[in-house]
Amino acid sequence: MSKLSRDDVLKLAALSKLKLSEEEVERLSGELAEILDYVKVLDSVDVTGLEPTYQVTGLQNVSRADEIKDYGYKTQDLLKNAPAVHDGQFKVKRVL
Amino acid sequence: MSGWAPITEIAEGVRSGRLRASDMVKQALDSIAENSSYDAVISTLDDTASARAAELDKHPQGRLAGVPFIAKDNFLVMGGKTTAASNILRPFEAPYQSTAIEKLEAEGAICVAKANLDAFAHGSSTENSDWFVTKHPKDKTRVPGGSSGGSAAAVALDIVPFALGTDTGGSIRLPASFCGVVGYKPTYGLVSRSGVVAMASSTDVIGPLTRTAEDAALVLDVMSGRDELDGTTIERDDQSYVPSDYEIKGKRIGVINEYFAEGIQPEVEKVVRQSIDKLTRNGAITEEVSLPSLPLALAVYYIVCPAEVSSNLSRYDGQRYGYFSPEAKNLDESYELSREQGFGAEAKRRIMIGAHVLSSGYYDAYYKKAQTVRTKIINEFSQAFEKYDFLVGPVAPMTAFKIGERTSDPLQMYLTDIMTVAANMSGNPSISVPAGEADGLPVGLQIIGPMRGDRQLLAAAKKFEEINRQ
Repeated sequence: MSKLSRDDVLKLAALSKLKLSEEEVERLSGELAEILDYVKVLDSVDVTGLEPTYQVTGLQNVSRADEIKDYGYKTQDLLKNAPAVHDGQFKVKRVL
Repeated sequence: MSGWAPITEIAEGVRSGRLRASDMVKQALDSIAENSSYDAVISTLDDTASARAAELDKHPQGRLAGVPFIAKDNFLVMGGKTTAASNILRPFEAPYQSTAIEKLEAEGAICVAKANLDAFAHGSSTENSDWFVTKHPKDKTRVPGGSSGGSAAAVALDIVPFALGTDTGGSIRLPASFCGVVGYKPTYGLVSRSGVVAMASSTDVIGPLTRTAEDAALVLDVMSGRDELDGTTIERDDQSYVPSDYEIKGKRIGVINEYFAEGIQPEVEKVVRQSIDKLTRNGAITEEVSLPSLPLALAVYYIVCPAEVSSNLSRYDGQRYGYFSPEAKNLDESYELSREQGFGAEAKRRIMIGAHVLSSGYYDAYYKKAQTVRTKIINEFSQAFEKYDFLVGPVAPMTAFKIGERTSDPLQMYLTDIMTVAANMSGNPSISVPAGEADGLPVGLQIIGPMRGDRQLLAAAKKFEEINRQ
């Protein structure tokens, strides 16, 4: 079975915003490769003339009237799960 | 502990004053405590449930008046925590409720507890739960199936008359089959997912776990329909989903050849074949049918699902809600450490597979190809339903397996969904109905219906229950 290289795994971890431990990098390089090997079965499937299906309802551009609706949510309720707040806003680490 | 009456009888009793909602809630909460060693439940909603029951006893009303239920812990419910069995949502208290819960409450149902699941519904056994593993109701050394394992176990243990689950690749039907209860996956889009923790949005559906198809139909009837808070919901018609008289005689039923290929436990095959024979003896026209692309559905799923998971789980970034790493020194670390410490192994695997199959250079080969094979699967279903009213087969190749038996190899765990995922990729409604037992463990019969054929499917499932009792 193939393995993903250490660099491949680190690149995916960076894309995924995960700071993996050394043990995880090692384990995932085998596990991810096994899963990707399994899905290779699709390579040989003939799909000539077929289009991809991304969703099955056939609904398109479902919209509603552009009106403000009051669902009764209070700012403090929506902020109560935040790790840090300041003046009724989310507080995050310095961006610049 | 005496068993629960059918849901309509409980509700009728509460409406007429013969039963009290408060007693129903107490019975359910007592039963949760008595069965705590099975670890089916993550948290109880004692206060809100008791308050709602007291209110209902003053003004008893609704088609589900006073009926207690348990929701999988990925449904946002007020009055307690919603964790999705994940560390990253350990402290999360929902600021609003899911539409499904709102609709059930509007008809008088009372949510008494939140059920265990594989974290974020990623799994087939509840072994991926960041809390604990739910034990199988008949054998505590075995898994209940997953990811809606807590919900299935709770119904099998008769803790509540019904429970809610979600089914993205088989997560309602697999535990239903393992635990010996009814598990219903509706047509994609029939039930609003607003307020349910998203996994793979193009296949996620909400459905009930019950003791009978009739109870499942009633719960579906209350939950289904368009919701402006979920743009993927479809219109329903105004006929009830609760089955009336149904004639199985003359119905054409296709037996899916591919689901009896090698790998199925002989005892499971025997129970399913016997069930199909019973349908035949009662006048159904059954014949073998081949849908050659169905076995590819699992490979399609393990591209599409991680892709959608990686997108849906990007919202857990440690900024607005959920776990935040105290060690983070800057913005990037506040994302990377919160996610690294908050997510379990399976979520990380899926996020990274998703990132891989969606990344530039691989997108066409993996993601687009998978979605095109998906079309092939849908076409085969459509063609089959031109000829057949239903398709049948096993739910899974095996009965409930031992705790720990499949955890060392992620792919072995994925393979448990091999017979359920196709209906998720296509959107077709599908049900697991208890069929019998193999070596003392329950086996379900899977019946798949045409798109939007939920009413006929539930009626046929009810008929099968009657036939199977004879």
